[in-house]
Amino acid sequence: MSASSAFNDEKGGSSNVGEPEYGHDPASGGIFSSDYKRHDDLKEMLDSNKDSLKLEAMKRIVAMIARGKNASDLFPAVVKNVACKNIEVKKLVYVYLVRYAEEQQDLALLSISTFQRGLKDPNQLIRASALRVLSSIRVTIIVPIMMLAIKEAASDMSPYVRKTAAHAIPKLYSLDPEQKDCLIEVIEKLLADKTTLVAGSVVMAFEEVCPERIDLIHKNYRKLCNLLIDVEEWGQVVIINMLTRYARTQFLNPNMNVSTADKEEKEKKKTEATAIVRRKPYVMDPDHRLLLRNTKPLLQSRNAAVVMAVAQLYFHLAPKAEVGVIAKALVRLMRSHSEVQYVVLQNVATMSIKRRGMFEPYLKSFYIRSTDPTQIKVLKLEVLTNLANETNISTILREFQTYIKSNDKDFVAATIQAIGRCATNIGEVRDTCLNGLVQLLSNRDELVVAESVVVIKKLLQMQPEQHSDIIKHMAKLTDNIQVPMARASILWLIGEYCEHVPKIAPDVLRKMAKTFTNEEDIVKLQIINLAAKLYLTNSKQTKLLTQYVLNLAKYDQNYDIRDRARFIRQLIVPTDKSGALSKYAKKLFLALKPAPVLESPFKDRDHFQLGSLSHLLNAKAGGYQVLPDWPEAAPDPSVRNVEVPEWTKCSSREKRKEKKADKPFYSDSEGESGPTESADSEDEKKSEKKSKPRIGSSESESEEDNDSESESSESEEESEEESEEEIKKKKKRDKTHTFYIGVQMFATICKPAWLNMQFLLNPLPVSVPQTIVPSGNLKTYELLHRITGEGLSVEYCFSRQPFSPDPHMVAVKIQFTNSATSEAKSLHVEDAKLQSGMRIKEFPEIEVLPAGETVSVVMGIDFCDSTQAANFQLCTHTRKFFVSIQPPVGELMMPIFMTENEFKKEQGQLMGMNEITEKLTLEEKCQGEHAIVQRVTTAANLSRVPCGSDKEFAGKTVTSGSLVLVSVVTKENGAAQLTVNCEKMVIGTMLVKDILQALTQ
Amino acid sequence: MIHSLFLVNSSGDIFLEKHWKSVVSRSVCDYFFEAQERASEPENVPPVIPTPHHYLISVLRHRIYFVAVIQSEVPPLFVIEFLHRVVDTFQDYFGVCTEAAIKDNVVVVYELLEEMLDNGFPLATESNILKELIKPPTILRTVVNTITGSTNVGEQLPTGQLSVVPWRRTGVKYTNNEAYFDVVEEIDAIIDKSGSTITAEIQGVIDACVKLTGMPDLTLSFMNPRLLDDVSFHPCVRFKRWEAERILSFIPPDGNFRLLSYHVSSQNLHPLRSASLVAIPVYVKHNITFREGSSQGRFELTLGPKQTMGKGVEAVLVSSQLPRGVLNTNLNPTQGTYTFDPVTKLLSWDVGKINPQKLPSLKGSMSLQAGASKPDENPTINIQFKIQQSALSGLKVNRLDMYGEKYKPFKGIKYMTKAGKFQVRT
Repeated sequence: MSASSAFNDEKGGSSNVGEPEYGHDPASGGIFSSDYKRHDDLKEMLDSNKDSLKLEAMKRIVAMIARGKNASDLFPAVVKNVACKNIEVKKLVYVYLVRYAEEQQDLALLSISTFQRGLKDPNQLIRASALRVLSSIRVTIIVPIMMLAIKEAASDMSPYVRKTAAHAIPKLYSLDPEQKDCLIEVIEKLLADKTTLVAGSVVMAFEEVCPERIDLIHKNYRKLCNLLIDVEEWGQVVIINMLTRYARTQFLNPNMNVSTADKEEKEKKKTEATAIVRRKPYVMDPDHRLLLRNTKPLLQSRNAAVVMAVAQLYFHLAPKAEVGVIAKALVRLMRSHSEVQYVVLQNVATMSIKRRGMFEPYLKSFYIRSTDPTQIKVLKLEVLTNLANETNISTILREFQTYIKSNDKDFVAATIQAIGRCATNIGEVRDTCLNGLVQLLSNRDELVVAESVVVIKKLLQMQPEQHSDIIKHMAKLTDNIQVPMARASILWLIGEYCEHVPKIAPDVLRKMAKTFTNEEDIVKLQIINLAAKLYLTNSKQTKLLTQYVLNLAKYDQNYDIRDRARFIRQLIVPTDKSGALSKYAKKLFLALKPAPVLESPFKDRDHFQLGSLSHLLNAKAGGYQVLPDWPEAAPDPSVRNVEVPEWTKCSSREKRKEKKADKPFYSDSEGESGPTESADSEDEKKSEKKSKPRIGSSESESEEDNDSESESSESEEESEEESEEEIKKKKKRDKTHTFYIGVQMFATICKPAWLNMQFLLNPLPVSVPQTIVPSGNLKTYELLHRITGEGLSVEYCFSRQPFSPDPHMVAVKIQFTNSATSEAKSLHVEDAKLQSGMRIKEFPEIEVLPAGETVSVVMGIDFCDSTQAANFQLCTHTRKFFVSIQPPVGELMMPIFMTENEFKKEQGQLMGMNEITEKLTLEEKCQGEHAIVQRVTTAANLSRVPCGSDKEFAGKTVTSGSLVLVSVVTKENGAAQLTVNCEKMVIGTMLVKDILQALTQ
Repeated sequence: MIHSLFLVNSSGDIFLEKHWKSVVSRSVCDYFFEAQERASEPENVPPVIPTPHHYLISVLRHRIYFVAVIQSEVPPLFVIEFLHRVVDTFQDYFGVCTEAAIKDNVVVVYELLEEMLDNGFPLATESNILKELIKPPTILRTVVNTITGSTNVGEQLPTGQLSVVPWRRTGVKYTNNEAYFDVVEEIDAIIDKSGSTITAEIQGVIDACVKLTGMPDLTLSFMNPRLLDDVSFHPCVRFKRWEAERILSFIPPDGNFRLLSYHVSSQNLHPLRSASLVAIPVYVKHNITFREGSSQGRFELTLGPKQTMGKGVEAVLVSSQLPRGVLNTNLNPTQGTYTFDPVTKLLSWDVGKINPQKLPSLKGSMSLQAGASKPDENPTINIQFKIQQSALSGLKVNRLDMYGEKYKPFKGIKYMTKAGKFQVRT
């Protein structure tokens, strides 16, 4: 808190607008009051006409977001600046929108038309950023719009926009996984894209949406390999990781019949030998070779992630003889930041177990410096241990000796463990190591001693009979070593292996019995243990000593020791009363304890793809794709063949355009430059072709859409504002105050909506109330069930009659049935919880509803042209019920009368993003004209355009009066095409869905 | 990929957060703070921390933790490398990357982060592209902007984004065309108690500052390119040309960039052979002893030049972490100044320049805790130094040529050797 308030002060100092800084500092007064004040101030600035004030306000808001302060209450004020001409304000508004749209879905919808317009902008940066923001606001209702926008952008002429489209795919997928199939189509299309800019992003999308569809890669495999070197570095990482997986499914194991030095594998080989002999000699697939060859130069990348990606590719895919090249690059990465070192060392540790020879020449690069962080030291130690063999062990042990003197005790403990592991792995040095460790027993540091004893214990457990010398030596140490932990450990060892030192053990016990009272508790416990074990094996010599020790223990101050003594006495000393347990005392105490296994924690970690998060954590992370095993037989390699006539044609173009000749920047060799070259020029051709129709369409758009003309924009904006105010005034006269705010916001934010209000004022499309569907056919929905309503059941339907008190409301007919035994009183609506902009006109209160009676009322709801539910409480004299009415999209409109010519004209103006076309197959029963009309009008409250040659329907949305035009063109065999034109994209796309459903089911 | 980013300062406050997908509550950082508490040193916080629903990947730079929140599988290096790139960008924009600088420029920081990642996947990280999208803040520009109302945000797609040389913008113009190259070598070495070299290697970089008009195509050749054992390039360097001819051929980015990093090692094929390829420029004579039972210890240190090719050794700084038992020191330097911090037990001696005629030394006694036993460990001595006008490996640039443009640029090459991780064990 203190830091953030200091931060505010700094902000205040740097802000150059002479606005007073409102106290953000909690110390300066009530937090809440000042919060309100400040936000009012920001709202004012956002409402002003000056861009500089808006910018200042946005900067302060973004600073709030950055600090994690909640700025969501400013949403309405911010969102209307989405169309601001100042590009920095606009960008900051985008930042804000992306942050808060999820929380304020309805208001966020109001900004969408701006982005839709942006999608058609001639400037590719604006098209791209519109798509970026549109796809980043996580509002489920616009999924269809996003889908359309992505589809359109995927065939944009600008590769940058196509790249943005690829980025948008995972966003949409995470919002609505049901779109997967459609998205895969787009991915497939973009995978075929031949520009380096798109390649990385689309493979990323592929990995997130459909990593299992490896078949999509076949045709693009060679292209990806060839483009790889020119792709930007982040894309390279993703592509290389994906291709590693791909190669594992498509090629054969290059090491399958190479005899290896690895002992383990040799054994395996023996069993498999017969099988291998019969196999054909291995020939590497040229595509496999291509991948290895084209990734190798990337080992020289400055980006550690790229180097690691190539390294893991070689580790998993290359023939053994070639893997070595990656070692040098990985060692180079160790000079980088310590976090990079940490990750690289983890991977080197895994690799060094399988391929020890690879890193042996770089042994010294893993030597530890006293300034390394502990976690790096421990990892380096791990690698050194893995690299140790007969030839280098003496050097490594000498290094270890230095490490043991370090004052980083965790590191010393790890070193002792490492020595233990070297000793188990390399028989020659076992004795040296043991001796070294025994010396460490006299170390002053308890941790070192404890660790050494543990390691010695482990080593001795492996072959105790050969090491009775050491046990004897350790027995002697009891005279000198004072560290209780070490004494205890030695006693345990002597007890455990007392049979190997039959003469010394009783003597040690004798000495210990003498000093018993002065020992630490853990040592006392081990003395009792030793006594017990000796009593069991050598009772002649030690019977008296044991009894003596147990007697001492009986009167010890520590109850643990007293308990233990009592327990052991009962167990080992046979008495009349002793139960069955004493028979098994020897088994209990001298059971063979399994020798602990000393092996690397990195063993077998390579079943995770190296370089991955899962490998690092040694646990499967979410979304991890398992690296498949090599196939037994190679799948058909011809699937990767691509017809090439396209680029043979291009080669002549290539010569003509000299500028193109230096295009492939990295790939200089002839063999590789071919495809890359053709890729570029072909793409050029494609985009040229495409650009023509685009120009045409954008012209027609600009006619309709005055705003896109930037020159005349300023004056226009002013006039717009003026007329907006006029509208406001008009509205104000007959609206309630609350509604006024809603309209004002609506009018200022949503330009198209405002345009449509003009429609309302114009006489052109006269609304003719028509009731086509008889009310008997209306679908009824349940509002309150008889059981939850305690006898009161409520149903509602959309009556499709104009709601006379307010033409902007949808009429909802509500039918109450009282099936209870008593009468219900004073039924009314209360406490409507509405999304902003929505309004309700309640039905008049029903005073009494006698038992068994049914009554119908009509209420009006302004849904604000959205399918969000209207929530309110239905009250009786005794109870309140929470209910909600959610309109199907078809009920948000009302029919209007239109001639065919008018229909065509209006349709012509609602092209582009406002038009949605779907092909469908009509269901058998509804191929007739009448059936189609019947079904469409049932699904949506529209009227048929009379005398139309096709089946055309017109209507307008109830709240804003946006035109809704639907046409169904039938073809042979029940095929048909459905077209919906609507300024409101959301409505349009949802309507298409509903009508489609109505016609096909 | 990257869900969110939190910036945490050294006192454990989150002072900036940015989300690229749905908002992740900042309480996720509690797991990070837990790990931070467990780690004894700031650099011992594990870079990857798993939590029940997320993974935290962090880097520590300039005493700020950059904590990225990840939800699913992603190569950890990918995230780490990206975070470092973010820090480099901040440094490039604001000169320094401190908490204060970030807070002062929070809006630019936010705009940058917005451009660098889209949905958690890197979009534009190339400094030339970013600078066209968002112009770095300067005092002059701030003033101009407030008067004219123009903005720091570019309205056109940066030219680099679509070209095959994304690192260079088009239409660059300079009145003075210059290209400077700094060959900087760092020597990493471990010297053992007896003065013999355990390991020594040279890490070199060539940093460039190129301010040339138009689209120049440069080639840089070395007298002795075989010296370079392992190299990594800026993306602008044509790899095939290097493979074939050992010549660096590239269209340079505009401004400062790192052209090449290389490695010269002494241990190619004989891991056990002592390092002879790398000349060690300084030697240290030391005698640090503690006697059992005495509360005094002796400290003697003498530095001298060795194999410096006639160049002077400058800016020498010796530091050493003395054992915990040392209470204080009473030392006399023949030159420079020394300090000893009794709390952290860090001894540092700022020597300055080594005069070969009169070798600098530091002698005296250390007082130990009374009654405590003799420390087992001997301190390691870390040495920093600089040698101007010489690259230790002997690497020499042969010539620099420019194609594609007509004018004559001014060219300059500078050599320097520094100590990297140079340690002497005692």
